[in-house]
Amino acid sequence: MLLSLEGATIRFGGRPVLDAVDLDVAEHEIVCVLGPSGSGKSTLLRAVAGLQSLDAGRVVLGGRDQAGVAAHKRGVGLMFQDHQLFPQRDVGGNVAFGLRMHGAPKGRQALEVGELLELVGLPGAERRAVAELSGGEQQRVALARALAPRPSLLMLDEPLGQLDRSLRERLVVELRELFGELGTTVLAVTHDQGEAFALADRVVVMREGRIAQSGTPLEVWQRPADEFVARFLGFDNVVEATVSGEAADTPWGKVPVPEGARQGPGTLLVRPAGVRLVAAADGLRCTVAARTFRGTHVAVHLQPEDAPRLEAACALRDAPEPGDEVGVEFDAAETVVLGEPPAA
Amino acid sequence: MSNTKKFASVAVGLGLVTLPVLTACGSTDSGGSADSKTVTLVSHDSWAVSKSVLKDFEKQSGYTVKVLKDGDAGQAVNKAILTKDNPQGDVFFGVDNTLLSRALDNGLFQSYEAKGSDLILPEYRVDQDKHRVTPIDSGDICVNYDKAYFSEHKLTPPQSFDDLIKPEYKNLLVTENASTSSPGLGFLLGTAAKYGDGGWQDYWKKLKANGVKVVDGWEQAYNDEFSGSAGGKKAKADRPLVVSYASSPPAEVIYADPKPTTAPTGVADGTCFRQVEYAGLLSNAKNTKGGKALLDFLLTKEFQDDMPLNMFVYPVREAAQVPQEFVKYGRQAKDPETMAPTKIADNRDQWVKSWTSLVLK
Amino acid sequence: MALPVAFFAVFFAYPVAAIVARGLKADGAWQFGRIGDVLAQSDIRHVLWFTTWQALVSTVLTLLIALPGAYVFARFDFRGKQVLRAVVTVPFVLPTVVVGTAFLALVGRGGLLDQLWGVRLDTTVWAILLAHVFFNYAVVVRTVGGLWSQLDPRQEEAARMLGASRFAAWRKVTLPALSPAVAAAALMVFLFTFTSFGVVQILGGPTFSTLEVEIYRQTSEIFDLATAAVLTMIQFVAVGAILVVHARTVRRRETALRLVAPETTARRPRGAGPWALLAGVLASIVVLLVLPLGVLVQRSLDAPGGYGFAYYRALASADGGIFLVAPIEAIGNSLEYALAATAIAVAIGGLAAAALTRRNTGRLVRGFDALLMLPLGVSAVTVGFGFLIALDKPPLDLRASWILVPLAQALVGVPFVVRTMLPVLRAVDGRLREAAAVLGASPWRVWREVDLPMVRRALLIAAGFAFAVSLGEFGATVFIARPDNPTLPVAVARLLGRAGDLNYGQAMALSTILMVVCAVALLLLERVRTDRTGEF
Repeated sequence: MLLSLEGATIRFGGRPVLDAVDLDVAEHEIVCVLGPSGSGKSTLLRAVAGLQSLDAGRVVLGGRDQAGVAAHKRGVGLMFQDHQLFPQRDVGGNVAFGLRMHGAPKGRQALEVGELLELVGLPGAERRAVAELSGGEQQRVALARALAPRPSLLMLDEPLGQLDRSLRERLVVELRELFGELGTTVLAVTHDQGEAFALADRVVVMREGRIAQSGTPLEVWQRPADEFVARFLGFDNVVEATVSGEAADTPWGKVPVPEGARQGPGTLLVRPAGVRLVAAADGLRCTVAARTFRGTHVAVHLQPEDAPRLEAACALRDAPEPGDEVGVEFDAAETVVLGEPPAA
Repeated sequence: MSNTKKFASVAVGLGLVTLPVLTACGSTDSGGSADSKTVTLVSHDSWAVSKSVLKDFEKQSGYTVKVLKDGDAGQAVNKAILTKDNPQGDVFFGVDNTLLSRALDNGLFQSYEAKGSDLILPEYRVDQDKHRVTPIDSGDICVNYDKAYFSEHKLTPPQSFDDLIKPEYKNLLVTENASTSSPGLGFLLGTAAKYGDGGWQDYWKKLKANGVKVVDGWEQAYNDEFSGSAGGKKAKADRPLVVSYASSPPAEVIYADPKPTTAPTGVADGTCFRQVEYAGLLSNAKNTKGGKALLDFLLTKEFQDDMPLNMFVYPVREAAQVPQEFVKYGRQAKDPETMAPTKIADNRDQWVKSWTSLVLK
Repeated sequence: MALPVAFFAVFFAYPVAAIVARGLKADGAWQFGRIGDVLAQSDIRHVLWFTTWQALVSTVLTLLIALPGAYVFARFDFRGKQVLRAVVTVPFVLPTVVVGTAFLALVGRGGLLDQLWGVRLDTTVWAILLAHVFFNYAVVVRTVGGLWSQLDPRQEEAARMLGASRFAAWRKVTLPALSPAVAAAALMVFLFTFTSFGVVQILGGPTFSTLEVEIYRQTSEIFDLATAAVLTMIQFVAVGAILVVHARTVRRRETALRLVAPETTARRPRGAGPWALLAGVLASIVVLLVLPLGVLVQRSLDAPGGYGFAYYRALASADGGIFLVAPIEAIGNSLEYALAATAIAVAIGGLAAAALTRRNTGRLVRGFDALLMLPLGVSAVTVGFGFLIALDKPPLDLRASWILVPLAQALVGVPFVVRTMLPVLRAVDGRLREAAAVLGASPWRVWREVDLPMVRRALLIAAGFAFAVSLGEFGATVFIARPDNPTLPVAVARLLGRAGDLNYGQAMALSTILMVVCAVALLLLERVRTDRTGEF
């Protein structure tokens, strides 16, 4: 393992911000820590970088315990949330900073800065002032700066947080390609699941200083570990249920579950795609409360009688109007009993 | 990482940068006069001597003289008393008769009869049995007058304390606060000597009624209020009488360019109080031998001749040369008021107090 | 943190404590009864009352006269603004011994007021009050104007869009944002006037006495150390209280305000009202500040043979006899002392400011912030006499050392350095430092690469101010024994202390030189002013 956290714990004023976190990152792996703000994910990065000391546990980098190793001697890179470019230096000066600190000769610095700027899509920008860069350009410069000293581990804190959506989507793809090309090991944190899923080999969901779930993007998406993860991923159709056989008892009535689902009381998630609209008489009777246009589909918010709201994903053409009465059927393939170990 | 650590290294850096600057001004080194080749003179701000005269002494005696100036006369004495257990130097110069008792009562000096003491004019001799102090110079605190004003107004300048309370001199005199100014105190002591313990208050009542103005220091009185001085002329000052020194008129000539043929100011002869300045070997002096040599030097003819034009005082040694300018443009008071240092010490605080409430309130 | 604390303890707290203890201890026992005795004296109580009264009135007057100035400097753009801002600061750093004489030209006999209306204010309390305005004008203009110029005018505009009248908008939006700065300035002025010494002595005449003057008299003239010690303690308590309140208001001032670059808020005055205001402020500056300074220059040139540089030429000769060396060498001495004092003040003040910037500053550290200002409020004579008896044993036998003068001057300079550096250091984003560290910069490199470039200008300003203050410092310098190399203010004082035209003229010439050097230093500072440079 390139990086191992073992029982890493940090408390601020008695309150644990990191609570006995165990996490491994293998070489060339891209790991994304996902969590709401305040879940301790930035603190995790600071602990690895050496900007925050642990109250308990260990940070092991390349097999060596980092206790007592100062930030500037750890050889990791960290790209800050708001970039933190040095305002009084130009682009070239920013990118070359780490190289200078490591005593690279002038000529090599210039060469590498040129290459890196090309790599991040800003060829020839060396002399530009950082103040006149757009947000996306600043992000690229910050990335080039973090990459320049060739850190064994590159950490990104909300790398795309402040950029607009289209730029973000494009950059995510670029970044993934770039890291693949360079073989960089990456530990990123974000609160944006789309970003995490697009970027990561592995996603780690954090909640209140603990790891709630760890797995490939697909695993996490398909089988959220618990209600918190499910809701954080944007799923709202989550209810208490009792499973018996291939159906579960829920406030929405009987809902079919996949074969081999865990029996007994538990929490059930129905993805919006699994909520199918039928004639009012043919299923659970609901009133359409609202519609939200989502680009590829329409999210329809349904209010059953005496039961929690449901969200359904409808094709654009089929979406009912608010106030319409509809019936609802559930698709077993899109329901998940939470907390189940992934099918082997 | 604490910022303090970062800054500590910066401070070291700064220190290194600063060091050459600092050493550049280090013309004198610290450590007092521990080595016996240096003798340290502690004095007040008015101390001055010609370079060549001091050089001669250093050459002949083999001592290097280090001078420490310690504020005005009063401060210098007070500081010397404060530090008497661990003095700053070996010899103190500049305690005058108004403060002498304070210095002696506090055991500031040790006995030493300087060479040449026998040549001191008799009227200056004090402490004859113990020889703790040696008189070095004298000066007279007298009312000065603006000659131009009195000739313009066809008025005879006042000559005595009694004249000053006459109506023709109403609103003409400016003097200094007796509690903060040395000439101010001298003038008060002069009146006390003249009119006695009971009479001086009555005199000051009349003086006050005659419009005497009191300012805090000599500088304001002389430079800002007195119409006869250079500063006063520029400031359009309107008081033609001021309490100053008998040596002030010569100074008005010497420090003028071009030099006038006569002094613009004169001295009212009957208004003078004599101030004598003493020097002594400090108790606990580190270099007593050097200190004694330095005291001897202060009484030499060479120093006594040099002194008047440097500090504007008169010599105390018989047959010392009074500079020609002093003779020509001013003169020592013929019959100045004097007072025994012990009497001054006994009454000073009380007199100043009642003077303050009498005149200032 | 350790170094500033040690500096402060050794060169301030210890000497002051030593001299107070000397006064209050007789035969090894504390004489606290003296406190009651002293306070029972009616003239002492009168001094206390007068000290407080004149400080209050001076503060109100200064605010009244200087606040329009602060507004003009903040919001108007006009030619010569930089020069003018330097000029109004000159009195603040000039020694009172120089300015006292000049100020008489305004309020004294034959002065402007006398000529125009036959009004003479010398030796009245008005002279003291006006001179306090003269000295402290810059404090208000720099503290309040500095913030004012950075307040976003759009906030006021927003209020007006919401229906507020011009005055209501000012009162509701600008005034609350400004009031901590006004309070901070007022407290500083109150502190400076409460501890006023030279002004009261020279202009007030013997009838007026402040606590500081009384401490000087008791220590230096009457040699009643017990009374002086009691008065010192009273002043200490009063000044401490002022500083605690000041520290609170300053912290409020540093709370988040929307600040913008000053260049964007100043505009050329338009319309009759603004022009009249500008003219009024300029006129008050000319009368109150420029005129007295101008008198110094005029008198320095007014030689018996007609206007010319005779006095300046005389400065270069050593024949005067007052000094062993030519008076002109006092300039060199002054510069050397001031440089050394600046280096000490910047090192100590910088360290203290850095320590105070740390995020986890506790109550103790914040208290230190206020403590560092104490030397501004403690009588120079107390410190000077304290040095004498406290620093008399090896390895600290510094009494005869030249370094004592810059050390004493640095005591006065440190507060200015701290107050200038603190806001700038606080504004440096800590994560920039972290970014550099992660890129491989050691703590020292971090400071050099990140902090230094950002605080360089503030550092320069702090150094410049400390330099100017040291240059004009008179009080502490004269109370310290020193070898015969006088500083400019000391030389001026000694020239003024001797009769004769040449002495007086040379004093004026030296004063003018001192003034010009200070003005040049301050003008250079104007050029490097940063967007956020504290209160000075």
